[in-house]
Amino acid sequence: MRAARRLRRPLAAGGRFALLAAFVAFCAFPFYWMLITAFKSTTDLIEVSHNPLVFNAPPTLAHVRQLFVETQFGQWLLNTLAVGVAVVAITLVLAVPAGYALARLAGRGGHRLAIGIFLTYLVPPTILFIPFARIIAVLGLQDSLWSLVLVYPSFTVPFCTWLLMGFFKAIPPELEEAAMIDGLSRLGAFVRVAVPVAISGVLATVIFTLTLVMQEFVYGLTFITSSSAYTVAVGVPTFLVRGDVYFWGAIMAACLIVSLPIAALFTLFIDRFVAGFTVGAVKQ
Amino acid sequence: MDAIALDRVRPRRAAPRWRDDPQALARALLAPAILYIGLLVGFPFLLALYYSVSDATVGARVFHFVGLENFRSAIENPTFWQALRNSIVFTVVSQALVVVLGKAAAMALYRPFRGRALVRFLILLPWVAPISLGAIGWLWIFDPVYSILDWVARALHLIGPDAWPIWLGQPHLAMASVILVNVWRLAPLATVIILAGMSAIPQDIHDAAAIDGAGFWRHLIRINLPLLMPVMLVALLFGVVFTFTDMIVIFVLTRGGPYDTTQVLASLAFFTGVQGGDLAGGAAIALFLFPVLAAVAIGALTLARRAEVV
Repeated sequence: MRAARRLRRPLAAGGRFALLAAFVAFCAFPFYWMLITAFKSTTDLIEVSHNPLVFNAPPTLAHVRQLFVETQFGQWLLNTLAVGVAVVAITLVLAVPAGYALARLAGRGGHRLAIGIFLTYLVPPTILFIPFARIIAVLGLQDSLWSLVLVYPSFTVPFCTWLLMGFFKAIPPELEEAAMIDGLSRLGAFVRVAVPVAISGVLATVIFTLTLVMQEFVYGLTFITSSSAYTVAVGVPTFLVRGDVYFWGAIMAACLIVSLPIAALFTLFIDRFVAGFTVGAVKQ
Repeated sequence: MDAIALDRVRPRRAAPRWRDDPQALARALLAPAILYIGLLVGFPFLLALYYSVSDATVGARVFHFVGLENFRSAIENPTFWQALRNSIVFTVVSQALVVVLGKAAAMALYRPFRGRALVRFLILLPWVAPISLGAIGWLWIFDPVYSILDWVARALHLIGPDAWPIWLGQPHLAMASVILVNVWRLAPLATVIILAGMSAIPQDIHDAAAIDGAGFWRHLIRINLPLLMPVMLVALLFGVVFTFTDMIVIFVLTRGGPYDTTQVLASLAFFTGVQGGDLAGGAAIALFLFPVLAAVAIGALTLARRAEVV
């Protein structure tokens, strides 16, 4: 048996390596492809006889320049950021207290209520965007970024409440009890003890809210029609792909510029995210 | 600053005891979130129900009740049935691939090795980058003339030098392409969720199994998979919801074409309700998504309840 195991180990390691290599290639290749396209000169891009995987001519910044000079990409970035900040603020104000209440205060009915709130996250934009289009029209918010500020919390609040509930549950209740013995009210214990202790969870929630806002597409596409009010996720695919000529270099540069910072930020918090994501569902 | 504010309030504390009453405090803390969700999820949802039985269009000010007319005309429309079939194929095939791939990748990533952090960053990229932009990256990969897939296949002599497969323009290839992109997008999430679940299994269980002489497959099927079932179900539930209700991949890559062979319910609802201006018809189509969501919701509830007993 030992001999068999000795043989099996390098085999297993090799298989594991091959599997990982293939999976990484599958996941990361489109980003490599974006990177190389974004900095290739146009003549190099369209020459069919060239090896497309490498630079055949010196890299160029022309596409990046085109993106910022000839399109409203900078404006779209600012729009997205502005909406993101506003939505994060609304989400925190609503979801932090609700998450805490569900984790600590709501008693036996709290669990049911928590699931109820979570289920509203499952009602997809594809059901809600038609009534929303009408509501936005009635409120006179068409084509305004305020429409997105109003609507985006409809999916960030349920999701973040669920996440924050998980983070608060992970704090030992004794901490707040001790603070209350020292004279803080229940509310004071929440604001001054529980929130500071859960601050990394709150930060994680901020990052996730931002990524949800950056990713959102359906509402942005439905409510916003003038290109100066686009967010990045809507502006790039609708504006840059609309014509007969595709400016692949500029498009890929846009994808990279937006994707990589979010990816880097998100990776820092992924463990907390997964913990909060699953704790409510599998551990009570 | 907080401390000062609280001190100033404290003398008046005698009357409102709500800050110490858990019941009242819970209500006060929950009310704003529940109100917002009620107004911005509950109300539009009811409105969607109402539209689906009316003759609402984008321009009209007055609606009339038309009963189940919109559902009837949806059911009589062959495109609807095609979209329903496509939705099911799209969801089932991509989720099967996502779960298998996610589990395999999680097992390969489970034990630490040098460079694991970098590998994880690269694997997570498709999930954390905005999908509408990732899908455009794929649009370029599938380009009819400059497709890198064709180039590689030609270089490896997998296809002849004169073969020019049009990935997004031929019915079966188009469906395979959108499924591929969806798997690309969702497999990373499944991987990290399953990985988290695997890390939560106590090491003693693995050790005991190894001492009892359980081999790789036996270990996987008798120990690993049953223990991971709740976590894998979580990954699967999310994957199903994200896939069944998603229209971004389809919208960017194929717009439902060619000949509606990649049209799914979500994209059909969008093209009917927003681009076609037929709010009522679009709402009716979107509501056909609901039975699936309800099933998933019941699944989630059962799962949560079972986990609570354990």
